[in-house]
Amino acid sequence: MTAGALIEMTGLHVRMGAHDALRNVDFRIDPGEIVTLVGPNGSGKSTLLRTIIGALRPVAGEVRRAAGLRIGYVPQKLQIDPTLPMTVTRFLNLPRRQGAAACRAALADAGVGDLGARQMSGLSGGQFQRVLLARALLGNPDLLLLDEATQGLDQPGSAAFYRQIEAVRRRLGCAVLMVSHELHVVMSASDRVICLNGHVCCEGRPEAVASAPEYRALFGTGTGGALALYRHDHDHDHDHDHDHPHDHPHHEAVE
Amino acid sequence: MPDDFLVRAALGALGVAAAAAPLGCFIVWRRMAYFGDATAHASILGVALALGFSISVFAGALVVSLTMATVVTVLSGRGYAMDTLLGVLAHSALAFGLVAVSFLSGVRIDLMAYLFGDILAVGPADLMVIWGGAALVFGLIGWRWSAMLTATLNPDLAQASGIDPKREEMVLTLALAVVVAVAIKVVGALLIAAMLIVPAAAARPVARTPEAMAAAAAALGGIAALGGVTLSYFWDTPTGPTIVCLAATLFAATALFDVIRRRAG
Repeated sequence: MTAGALIEMTGLHVRMGAHDALRNVDFRIDPGEIVTLVGPNGSGKSTLLRTIIGALRPVAGEVRRAAGLRIGYVPQKLQIDPTLPMTVTRFLNLPRRQGAAACRAALADAGVGDLGARQMSGLSGGQFQRVLLARALLGNPDLLLLDEATQGLDQPGSAAFYRQIEAVRRRLGCAVLMVSHELHVVMSASDRVICLNGHVCCEGRPEAVASAPEYRALFGTGTGGALALYRHDHDHDHDHDHDHPHDHPHHEAVE
Repeated sequence: MPDDFLVRAALGALGVAAAAAPLGCFIVWRRMAYFGDATAHASILGVALALGFSISVFAGALVVSLTMATVVTVLSGRGYAMDTLLGVLAHSALAFGLVAVSFLSGVRIDLMAYLFGDILAVGPADLMVIWGGAALVFGLIGWRWSAMLTATLNPDLAQASGIDPKREEMVLTLALAVVVAVAIKVVGALLIAAMLIVPAAAARPVARTPEAMAAAAAALGGIAALGGVTLSYFWDTPTGPTIVCLAATLFAATALFDVIRRRAG
């Protein structure tokens, strides 16, 4: 394994029934990195995450995890059946007891410090996602996996959620691998973007991926508009400070 | 002074109620309420096999319900929904069972006894089987509780915590198969489905955590078991159904309690 990588996958091939969900995918993520997976529905984003946690077995290729790697996972959707009584604190202690202080700290980290005694089924969508985040943070993960964690949240809600993720990354120093449809989030918060469509179409810095022809071909005019809007904002910022070179790396500009 | 057979009946019913409580909770949470019915139908096939091969009814029922549990676990999640699978297996097992019984010429079996149980005929050996089965289930569930609970919540969440959700599902269905086989003698195949589901459903409104729900289900099931045996003695009613009637009454009571509390809150 290349020194330092948390996860390294080479020549990954995953089959879902008769369908090839992933073909010949190479992927690695390093400590502290924020990597975002984008791609159309059915492009294998969730499949990649589920392969990392070991829920899916590749038919070919290798998955290498760093020794003793701790993964915190926030699934795409989690429906807790109303017949299952579950307080937030009990949920955090599944499957292993974590101790009251650790639970309180994780809830505070996720921005929901006062919810411990509530029933999971009584939480709002945003609160629920933050409790999932708190549970993922409990094991002190080296790598946080978020599968469309802001599904069902409104725009301010999801923006606040991603700010929380960035704050958590700064504080804990964990790497983050997330699936997102929200391109503005991708552009502002990621170190690296991987565009997936059964295989890796293109990857690199957010700016580089956004202008790649493969990416344009995949996302068509709809997202082209969103990007144009974003670029407009971005250019606007730069207009105030002409000392910046034009190809200034984007992630520095937002930090 | 209670008679010996009443004491044995009460002990047998208590054992079934205790073993059924934690499993019944999982059945309710995982929405596999028809597992009890399906195994009940399948147990007719088990009884026929037992008589055909001259093995004990318990062994026959155990073999059939273990087979069913395995088939359900292996096939679920491969394009078949749980309720569809249980439906297919229940009716085919019943049909195969009735056909198998027709081959047993010269053997008259009282199907009613296996469907509705004969708790007053429970002997010391049956008590050993019942409490042995209950102890096995307790050990299994106690050992795997947290892992099974996580897998019930979400299979991927379990996987990320290093738990194999398929294995937990297998452990759960095997435990269920044991309970059904054990309970056939006591409450009968049809009524075990009720003993699994009714106390667990009755416990839901009074519990805030999964553990509290399992404990409440055991308590309510125990009350129904002891109360049912006692009432059936005084009123001269069939014992198994009386136990289930009492459990249903408890369910109605906690459901009412829940409605009133929500109105008040």
